[in-house]
Amino acid sequence: MSSSAEILSQAFTLGYTYTRSTGPIVGQFLTSLRARKMVGIKASDGKVLVPPVEFDPVSAAALTEFVDVADAGVVKTWCWVKEPRKAHPSDKPFAWAMIQLDGADTPMLHWVDAGDEAAMSTGMRVKVRWAEETKGLMSDVNGFVPEAVALLGELKPATSDEQITGMEAPIYLTYNFTAGKATARYLQSMKKGKLVGQRCPNCRNVYIPPRGSCAACGVPTEEEVTLGNKATVESFTIVYIPIPGNPIKPPYVIANLVLDGANLSFLHLLSECKNEDVRIGMRVEALWKPEAEWGYAMENIQYFKPIDEPDVPVDQIGKLIDEGR
Amino acid sequence: MRDVAIVAFAQSNCQRDAGAQNEVELIMPVLTEVFKQTGIKSAQDVDFTCSGSCDYQQGAAFAFVAGVDALGAVPPIKESHVEMDAAWALYEAWLKIQMGSAESALLYGFGKSSPGELPIVLSQQLDPYYLAPLWVDTIAFAAMQARTMLDSGEITEADMAEVVARSRNNALKNPHAQLKGDQTVADLLKEATYVSPLRRHDCCPISDGACAMIICTIEKAEEWGKPYAIIKGIDHRIETHHIGSRDLSRSVSTEIAGKAAGVANGPVDVAELYAPFSHQEIILKKALGLGDDTVINPSGGVLAGNVMMASGLSRIGEVAMRIIRGEAKRGVAHATSGPCLQQNLITVLEAK
Repeated sequence: MSSSAEILSQAFTLGYTYTRSTGPIVGQFLTSLRARKMVGIKASDGKVLVPPVEFDPVSAAALTEFVDVADAGVVKTWCWVKEPRKAHPSDKPFAWAMIQLDGADTPMLHWVDAGDEAAMSTGMRVKVRWAEETKGLMSDVNGFVPEAVALLGELKPATSDEQITGMEAPIYLTYNFTAGKATARYLQSMKKGKLVGQRCPNCRNVYIPPRGSCAACGVPTEEEVTLGNKATVESFTIVYIPIPGNPIKPPYVIANLVLDGANLSFLHLLSECKNEDVRIGMRVEALWKPEAEWGYAMENIQYFKPIDEPDVPVDQIGKLIDEGR
Repeated sequence: MRDVAIVAFAQSNCQRDAGAQNEVELIMPVLTEVFKQTGIKSAQDVDFTCSGSCDYQQGAAFAFVAGVDALGAVPPIKESHVEMDAAWALYEAWLKIQMGSAESALLYGFGKSSPGELPIVLSQQLDPYYLAPLWVDTIAFAAMQARTMLDSGEITEADMAEVVARSRNNALKNPHAQLKGDQTVADLLKEATYVSPLRRHDCCPISDGACAMIICTIEKAEEWGKPYAIIKGIDHRIETHHIGSRDLSRSVSTEIAGKAAGVANGPVDVAELYAPFSHQEIILKKALGLGDDTVINPSGGVLAGNVMMASGLSRIGEVAMRIIRGEAKRGVAHATSGPCLQQNLITVLEAK
């Protein structure tokens, strides 16, 4: 994580590892692609739609009649990408194009490896460059090329001829996440070993971690309140299930804790006691990691541990005034 | 159909990167402003709240739920969300008012696109079998649409540059705009292409920001004693996701929505059109049958600043505020979503 002035940011990749069922129509198109054949589907008006759709865009009738089309056709429109993005199918300049295959009545989208923008024109003829290995995905077409280009690559036979019913469709998107102003202030305090919340100017409730607003009153919160290390257990659960990637060995206790002087709980670990002794109202205290390990994170607190103080009655939890103020 | 009044509208500045502002911090100032304009205290003082946003933009799951922290939703309020531009939140609220289940509503839209690579993020809204796996982005589709029109001779590159020059010039008077300036068509045409045939200036910028609006029945507006503009018609149409089946050089859905909303029932003084790419303004103007006596995008439009998920509602707000200020008597606002103007929502607004 980097810090400059008030901005804390963190790059991360979000993955949606979807698998999708294709249904019979898309499945048939992908099955044909794997066998290096292009197919369309006959619409209600007799036109051939490529790629095939399940329902007629105009009449909404279910479509069923597949039609073989050529793996070559005409560029109907196109654009030239000078600087391909990382996610794009080509890492050198290329064209996106709407290509109407011979035998089809609608153009389909794919990319054209033409080498140079000057080699592209509306109305030009292009042909499929099949991938060396086909998998039943749009990328089985390794782009189109101008029709005159000789394709010499060796093509391996398809590994299967079973009907395709599903496909892997993972999506990875990268972001540079920035913490909000209130969160950034909070994390900067955490790095200094201090727990700093915010007070609502209206209802006077204190929130930690703060979000820059009072969710109950709908007003911005600005006044900062430094809180101590003592807290009360508002609720808890004992986790018995191992969670992949979690270094903590079950069973362990996760608790909703309300710091003295705060009015809303946050989640943290509870340790140094028997799990069966944990109870609502129990008094606990933060155990901080050594200062050298402090970062912009709640993990600066290793866990909370019990302290020898009388339990807080349930109706008093979240209403304790911090001793320090 | 019941008349619905727009009584308040506020928008943030369009900025390329809102940096350390979370969704609550983006929304809060525009909410405070519309509450002030209406003379109410919070979302508790309206019957219904609806927002528009898309979590994919900032890559934060349930950011729209976090946004509710800005509302003061204790005790619980009637609240809804559309994973779309907030113009569609207005549509939902308008329907609620038509049904008689609300007299007033708060709407807001927000977008923080700066954390991600927006054109690539938007590629994932496309067909998940045929298009999304190729990562074809929104700019590419718009560029192919522009070429279709250039090839047919329907428009020229100079026509496109004229839209940009006028938009950026109009934006000089818009304090919220991100891109503004005094450039001639000749200057603009000197620039190199970006995703040809588009130049960079043909594409809207990427912006962070938010906007908010309050609508209500005429009776409620009179009770609040605030000036208002009236929604006379609203209609939304969608075109097929099979992009090869569409005629990209026209917007059939806008034509139908415009007719259904009653655009032609009177003179149109002002129109705010959500055209993220210059040539799309030309398509929309034609689809709505707007003549040269209609002032188009006096705010500079989205070519001057485009907060995804808020810009559509802002188009409606821009027209409403011009009517409220007495600068126009009748206007049209347009919101869009999807590749090459796939979805279009038309709102017709009139003075009291």
